[in-house]
Amino acid sequence: MTLTTDHSRATADGAHTHGTVPAGSRAERKTSFDLADIPVPSGREEEWRFSPVARLQPLFADDLTGDGVAVTVDAAPEVVVETVGRDDERLGRAGKPGDRAAVTAWNAVREATVVTVPAEAVATGATSVRIDGTSKDATASHLLVRAERHSEAVVVIDHRGDALLNQTVEILVEDGAHLTVVSVQDWADGAVHASSHRASIGRDAKLKHVVVTFGGDVVRVTPDATFTAEGGEVEMVGLYFADADQHQEHRLFVDHAVPQCKSRVTYKGALQGASAHTVWVGDVLIQADAEGTDTYELNRNLVLTDGARADSVPNLEIETGEIAGAGHASATGRFDDEQLFYLMARGIPEIDARRLVVRGFFAELIDEIGVESVEERLLASIEAELEKSMSVITGAPAQ
Amino acid sequence: MSTLEIRDLHVSVDTKEGAKPILRGVDLTINSGETHAIMGPNGSGKSTLASALAGHPKYEVTSGTVTLDGEDVLAMSVDERARAGLFLAMQYPVEVPGVSVANFLRTAKTAIDGDAPSLRHWAKEVRGAMENLRIDSSFAERSVNEGFSGGEKKRHEILQMELFKPGFAILDETDSGLDVDALRVVSEGVNRAKESTDVGVLLITHYTRILRYIKPDYVHVFVDGKIAEEGGPELAERLEEEGYDRFLPAGASASA
Repeated sequence: MTLTTDHSRATADGAHTHGTVPAGSRAERKTSFDLADIPVPSGREEEWRFSPVARLQPLFADDLTGDGVAVTVDAAPEVVVETVGRDDERLGRAGKPGDRAAVTAWNAVREATVVTVPAEAVATGATSVRIDGTSKDATASHLLVRAERHSEAVVVIDHRGDALLNQTVEILVEDGAHLTVVSVQDWADGAVHASSHRASIGRDAKLKHVVVTFGGDVVRVTPDATFTAEGGEVEMVGLYFADADQHQEHRLFVDHAVPQCKSRVTYKGALQGASAHTVWVGDVLIQADAEGTDTYELNRNLVLTDGARADSVPNLEIETGEIAGAGHASATGRFDDEQLFYLMARGIPEIDARRLVVRGFFAELIDEIGVESVEERLLASIEAELEKSMSVITGAPAQ
Repeated sequence: MSTLEIRDLHVSVDTKEGAKPILRGVDLTINSGETHAIMGPNGSGKSTLASALAGHPKYEVTSGTVTLDGEDVLAMSVDERARAGLFLAMQYPVEVPGVSVANFLRTAKTAIDGDAPSLRHWAKEVRGAMENLRIDSSFAERSVNEGFSGGEKKRHEILQMELFKPGFAILDETDSGLDVDALRVVSEGVNRAKESTDVGVLLITHYTRILRYIKPDYVHVFVDGKIAEEGGPELAERLEEEGYDRFLPAGASASA
């Protein structure tokens, strides 16, 4: 099933959406810092309709008092790391929470980790933020990554262990800064993780935002990116690999509120095993003032075995006709038996042929990440995932 | 010397309406070094023979045998057939995104030979074969068949034939869709393979055009799933003049 649309010549007609029509415009979606404004979801709400709400329930409580994760930062020498109280004035500037998980995290958290790249500093190495799950007490955490004007840095957030974590990651990319943020969800089985990433991108600033999800029971990441001044650019890249019974959900929102900004979204996922479920929702809103916007989003899913389900919903709302380009593409396909036949007809055994195809599916995306240590780890993780499906194949009777 | 022997082969294809018989008793013997042309009108089952020999899962052999020097080819998996020395140059080569031509060629060569080719020697051999087929060196880094033109795909198939050195090569309408220049380049590649190895060739084609460049020792006319007539190269010349009309039921007309 493939859906490809080019909106570069679209005329302004108010709201314009594809896929399943959401409940109203993204612009009208309730956002708030106040718990009372956003109730616990039933699962019927637009933003929760694909989610296993029951499994996420522990993260919706009014007070998440747990202390279930340990945060360790290994910073580049130019980068400043602080732990601050929840009332620090730098917090809460990258946009308001947009769903119950996000507003719960905001209200529950008592302190935050602040990673600052000082103005005009160019970080000489990647800054690593390790988040290790230590217990299953439902926990809230808050991280602010702030790249001050004309700074450059790479920050890798790495989640491991077992936890029930409701997290906020705020990303401020100030004027002229170039920031790469990578979030790796490599949880142990059983982890439940909701994460609201809220990014604000200033004048001529550039954010590369990378999400990699492999482990955990339920992982739901909701990156929002908002442009606050002209000339901003965001590149959002995602890669996920879901096994039996895993739910991996990535809901993105790019808000083109101002003119002359560019966004590119590329998410790819593979699924294998019974009840493996992935969800990708990409909302892009081009507001009436956002002339000269250039946006494209793509999601591809590769279903490796029976019993897995991939949902993919691109939504594009265009409120001005004066844009440079707008399009989206979504394709979910089964493993291509013709590719397998072609490779096997060249003597390549089935297992190696499958490996080639899956590696090939992700190859382009991995090259785009641009952080070598992450790329290497990703390739290793993909190999490990493939080992699981290979053992199923080798155990199966020959054709 | 090797022999590929096809005896009373019956093959059905899976369709939505169920299994549909296509091949109805094919007998054919090919020895090393021989070139056999299989010609016939559209829908006569030529390409089905090619796919069935390679082991495409869509085709089911309902009776008959295929042996390679006495070994039962039909009992082999697709990759085992290739490693036993069968090569199919496909009519519609498949795109494999993200897998570079260089990586693909090396992986296949390693699988077929049982061990990896020596790096320096292999690189040189690939480069030389690509030059001969007028394939730009940049193709080595491109994804297999992705964005290739029809002619580029066919040249890439023959590149593999030259590099993998199969015992028997089945060329499934390799000539279709090629302009004269590309046809000549591709034919030269096949002839090089014939000279440098003792490959037996099964050349499946709708047109006689390619037979001006690749000389067949035998010509078989395929009609309605079996061989209707056999002869030497002179049979191809006769087909060139008369077309397939005399093989078809009265009133039917073969497409050119």
